[in-house]
Amino acid sequence: MSAVDISRSERLYSGRLPAYAPYLVLLTAFAASGLLALLLGWGLVAFAIVGGLIAVVALPAWSAVVENRRAATDRLVTSVIWAAFAVTLVPLVWLVWVVISKGIPAITAAFLTHDMVQRLDPVTGKLEAGGGLEHALIGTLLVTLGAIVISVPIGLFTAIYLVEYGKNNRVGRIITFLVDVMTGIPSIVAGLFALALFTLIFGVGTRMGLMGSIALSLLMIPTVVRSAEEMMRLVPNDLREASYALGVPKWRTIVKVVIPTALGGIITGVVLAISRVIGETAPLLVAVGAAEAVNTNLVNGRMMTLPVFIMTQYLTATPEGFARAWGGALILIAIVMVLNLVARVISMIFAPKTGR
Amino acid sequence: MAKSIDVSDVNIYYGDFKAVEGVNMTIKAKAVTAFIGPSGCGKSTFLRTLNRMHEVIPGARVEGKITVSGQDLYDPGVDPVEVRRMVGMVFQRPNPFPTMSIYDNVLAGNRLNSKKLKRAEADAIVEKSLRGANLWTEVKDRLNKPGMGLSGGQQQRLCIARAIAVEPQVLLMDEPCSALDPISTAAIEDLIHELKDSYTIVIVTHNMQQAARVSDETGFFNLKAAGQPGHLVEFNPTKKMFTNPDNESTEAYISGRFG
Repeated sequence: MSAVDISRSERLYSGRLPAYAPYLVLLTAFAASGLLALLLGWGLVAFAIVGGLIAVVALPAWSAVVENRRAATDRLVTSVIWAAFAVTLVPLVWLVWVVISKGIPAITAAFLTHDMVQRLDPVTGKLEAGGGLEHALIGTLLVTLGAIVISVPIGLFTAIYLVEYGKNNRVGRIITFLVDVMTGIPSIVAGLFALALFTLIFGVGTRMGLMGSIALSLLMIPTVVRSAEEMMRLVPNDLREASYALGVPKWRTIVKVVIPTALGGIITGVVLAISRVIGETAPLLVAVGAAEAVNTNLVNGRMMTLPVFIMTQYLTATPEGFARAWGGALILIAIVMVLNLVARVISMIFAPKTGR
Repeated sequence: MAKSIDVSDVNIYYGDFKAVEGVNMTIKAKAVTAFIGPSGCGKSTFLRTLNRMHEVIPGARVEGKITVSGQDLYDPGVDPVEVRRMVGMVFQRPNPFPTMSIYDNVLAGNRLNSKKLKRAEADAIVEKSLRGANLWTEVKDRLNKPGMGLSGGQQQRLCIARAIAVEPQVLLMDEPCSALDPISTAAIEDLIHELKDSYTIVIVTHNMQQAARVSDETGFFNLKAAGQPGHLVEFNPTKKMFTNPDNESTEAYISGRFG
């Protein structure tokens, strides 16, 4: 290459793979794997695994020949990370695909606007089930709303105490420990707790949506506390001091400076907590039970919720039941998705601004 | 509106550790007082006791008397929040509120104290404070943009505007130029000269030329040894301090023959 003879340790140049090398390797690897699959009659899974393995081995090997050792290691680690990413993505995409493909056919206007009460059909003259999840949709929204109303204030105030007042004292440490313990409560135990609590107060056989809200809030509170605490700790102390130095009392500093600065993260944490509890089945089954009709009263009688609806429909073991279960699952995922999008928008609006 | 501050026998602690001991001085009204000294000698700590910001740190406490117009700041009946409204502070690093616009940052002291302001009054305060901080011409067309979008020097002047918007009697500055370039530093020093007409200013600085340029009186803090509390070595008019100091260690520190 160069006219002057320089020793290996002083050489600054080494070969370079072309920019399209990874794509070329990927293409070749899957082509080879596809050929093998055709010849040996493999399934899709074997084809994907072998193709991926060939790519992960071939690219670093090629690099080792053309480039230097460090570049080869870099290519190997990059390939492994991309492979891990792809593997993680598989179940997610698969799940969403299956739920959408099986759920879409079930979703009709009637599905969304009817409950499951049997009514006399005026045309056929037979008793027919309503065949919809309106009652479950309303129930889930109400029970979850109740859980939010209970757990967000408690969780936020706990986090404020932990960050601003109980930083190093004994009470703060005890609360942190208890919150950690609470994170590990099995969800059915939360349901049993709500059941036992209301049985003690109102007598045996009490059923109301609020019990479900209590059970869910037990599961939500630790997540809300943890995320709000982390976010408020990230607020620089400089800002608190700037506020104190203007003669602003501590509580106003917390309300007007600390919380607004951390708001985006706090909202994200709350939405994650909601997403976690909205699909809980066991505590709702224990505490709220199941129902066939729409019930909009949180403090009176059983309510249907989407997870319980999915479960009961699945247990019918009929084709209509399965279809309704998939439809319910799709609706549930859609709700979580919408919540996440709303949280994104809100935290974008409140995020600290740095623009010019 | 400017007030003088009398300090007598002040000891400052962080928990059990005595950080500063036996400070006596009188800070004159409508003048600039500078504190100089090596790192860790307690000049910032002492500055923070002048508006009771010291006690924000857990375990921190103060002994002795600091009186402003006859009222002891550390009297049990005194509300630290009221003290801080009277004695404003500018910090080492510019710290505008990230969620607020330039306009809201200037009004933060008023708004956060839930003072109800008419639009015209608010506009007047913003313009007066920003003009006072020499920032008005640079930002008057973008008052609704975020304060974090300004340059470091502009952010620091925004913080000064924010501090003077609540019309304190005393303005404390904790190394206000240490994070700034020479041009921004010059802008802030000019500003200090102008503010001196209406405020009592106390400034901590590591830059002795700066102390010589801006201050009327200077206090030199030092440590006897590492781990020992800091103390006030000498407090004199700046001119005397930099030409003919009373104390040998002051001369050594100022002339660079220290240690």
